[in-house]
Amino acid sequence: MPLIELRGIERVFQLGDSTVHALSRLDLAIDVGEYVAVMGPSGSGKSTLLNLLGLLDRPDAGAYRLEGRDVTTLSPEEQAEVRSRRIGFVFQSFHLVPRLSAAENIALPMTLAGVPAKERAGRVARALQDFALENRADHRPDQLSGGQRQRVAIARATIMNPALILADEPTGNLDRHTGDEVVRLLEALNGRGVTIVVVTHDPTLGARARRQLVMEDGRLQHDSGKPA
Amino acid sequence: MRPADILRFARVAATGYPLRTALSVLAMSIGVAAVVVLTALGDGARRYVVGQFASLGTNLVIVLPGKTGTGGFNPATAITSTPRDLTIDDAAALLRAPAVKRLAPLAVGTSEISYGGKLREGLVAGSTAQFLEVRNFELAQGRFLPDEDWHRGSAVAVIGAKIREEIFGPNAAVGQLVRIGDRRVRIVGVLKSSGQGLGMNTDELVIVPVALAQAMFNSNTLFRILVEAKSREAIPAAKAEVLEILKTRHQGEEDVTVITQDAVLATFDKLLGALTLGVAGIAAISLAVAGILVMNVMLVAVTQRTAEIGLLKALGATGRTIRLAFLAEAAMLSTVGAGVGYLLGHLGAFGVRLAFPVFPAYPPHWAVVAGLTTALATGLLFGVMPARRAARLDPVQALMKH
Ligand SMILES: Nc1ncnc2c1ncn2[C@@H]1O[C@H](COP(=O)(O)OP(=O)(O)O)[C@@H](O)[C@H]1O
Ligand SMILES: [Mg+2]
Repeated sequence: MPLIELRGIERVFQLGDSTVHALSRLDLAIDVGEYVAVMGPSGSGKSTLLNLLGLLDRPDAGAYRLEGRDVTTLSPEEQAEVRSRRIGFVFQSFHLVPRLSAAENIALPMTLAGVPAKERAGRVARALQDFALENRADHRPDQLSGGQRQRVAIARATIMNPALILADEPTGNLDRHTGDEVVRLLEALNGRGVTIVVVTHDPTLGARARRQLVMEDGRLQHDSGKPA
Repeated sequence: MRPADILRFARVAATGYPLRTALSVLAMSIGVAAVVVLTALGDGARRYVVGQFASLGTNLVIVLPGKTGTGGFNPATAITSTPRDLTIDDAAALLRAPAVKRLAPLAVGTSEISYGGKLREGLVAGSTAQFLEVRNFELAQGRFLPDEDWHRGSAVAVIGAKIREEIFGPNAAVGQLVRIGDRRVRIVGVLKSSGQGLGMNTDELVIVPVALAQAMFNSNTLFRILVEAKSREAIPAAKAEVLEILKTRHQGEEDVTVITQDAVLATFDKLLGALTLGVAGIAAISLAVAGILVMNVMLVAVTQRTAEIGLLKALGATGRTIRLAFLAEAAMLSTVGAGVGYLLGHLGAFGVRLAFPVFPAYPPHWAVVAGLTTALATGLLFGVMPARRAARLDPVQALMKH
């Protein structure tokens, strides 16, 4: 069963007099457990696609079914619930809350979802261990290196056990070595059955994914998952 | 999100921006402190005046010669424009009134008091033994006027503390003979110092029997009759009885004025109560200003934390959660501000009481409650707009702000 099904997706931005078709006539299906890299030149619509998949944005036309359920017609509060339970985000610029410690940042999705403090503590302790952050638990983001920050961000993205992780250029702000480390973490998650969609500029990283999508001008130009 | 987590999140957010938080807390606390201190001053003034009146004596009904105020045209007073005397016998007659507990006639004038070559001008009050209880005087030394026939007028006097100090210095006053005007009288007692009060200052008073005073000043009329009613409830009855008796004695002519302490007191009470209320209103304006400041601080917070709001949405926060988090932060700023202001206000009122010990500068409870509620309400009210703005932010746009 496909986890994600997009049909006839259109996303149009009005910029003054000109209209930008950030996504146009997009059809896409991604199965549970896939590892997909989205590539393409800057401005081709990769981030727009990821935001749409993450229910942060709505298409102007078309249908989006997530786990078989039409999610475009959900209310904002219902969409928030889906984001909370089923989707994890990893951003290029980490997006950690600066005044919260690493542990608190990791716990944030559970805190927002109303998970009791006791259960949070247990899950955070395990996540800190999984991502080798045990002795960084009480550090604030500005006391962490870039690689550590992105590990905190990935731990945060996985803490609610989502079905889907969306990563927008997660290695964009990291050097090659730490970037590789982060990619291996994502791949390990994929190994445990989590579906990963990662936007990347780096062809070698893109090549590591089992499926590559190449976008251009809002269209899917190439999909390695389908014979061309 | 759990309430405890919302509060914790808001607290961490507020302490994360110390300057901004300190400013809003300061503004709010100044507003609350202003309410507390100003109403303490207003209510202190009210209590002070009420207290001074009470020290004149309790349940007092005061009789003045002559008709003042209302009362239509009276042919009797039209012919004899000078009012009839209020005499010692008039006063004695009032003792018959059932609602009257006791009374003291009062004749006053100024005279010279001399002793051992020292000469001093002083206020002389002629009265009776009951004057002590009616006016709630306390004696420092000796005894008060003798309980004798009111027409007799023994040559004795009771003097105030300041007169005693000035004339006798360190020497004993009781038992000494002094000259008042052209009479020689013996000092039998000294009043306790009472400090400055309304009306006459008892520290500078010389009290002699009423008949003696009238003889000194060569007059038959009384200045006042101070009547003490049996109870607070008996005051109207006492007033009516007094008027009735005097009217009968004065050939059916109502030629005296009777005022009750209650009426005067109620007027002052109302006046100063209104003043306190007005002052509280003015202080409340500073609370509204503080509320607007909190709103602006929160709007700045929303702008500064736009990316964070986007992130929270991406992590599954609902609009409601974000609204609550920002509202909680605004409420926290106002609560802490209100609390600090409450303490500052009480400290200020305490300072006023230290500086002026006679002035009971305590803030009234209603003002404290109203000040605190207004602070919290404005904080919340002005927090709603920024909170809603935060909740409505588009997550994609918000995330791009960095
Ligand atoms: N909020 C927006 N308003 C206007 N235009 C936008 C907005 N978001 C994206 N776009 C436009 O849509 C196109 C795709 O953008 P994006 O998905 O960010 O590209 P990519 O991530 O592949 O670099 C670009 O032309 C961009 O300018
Ligand atoms: Mg992009």
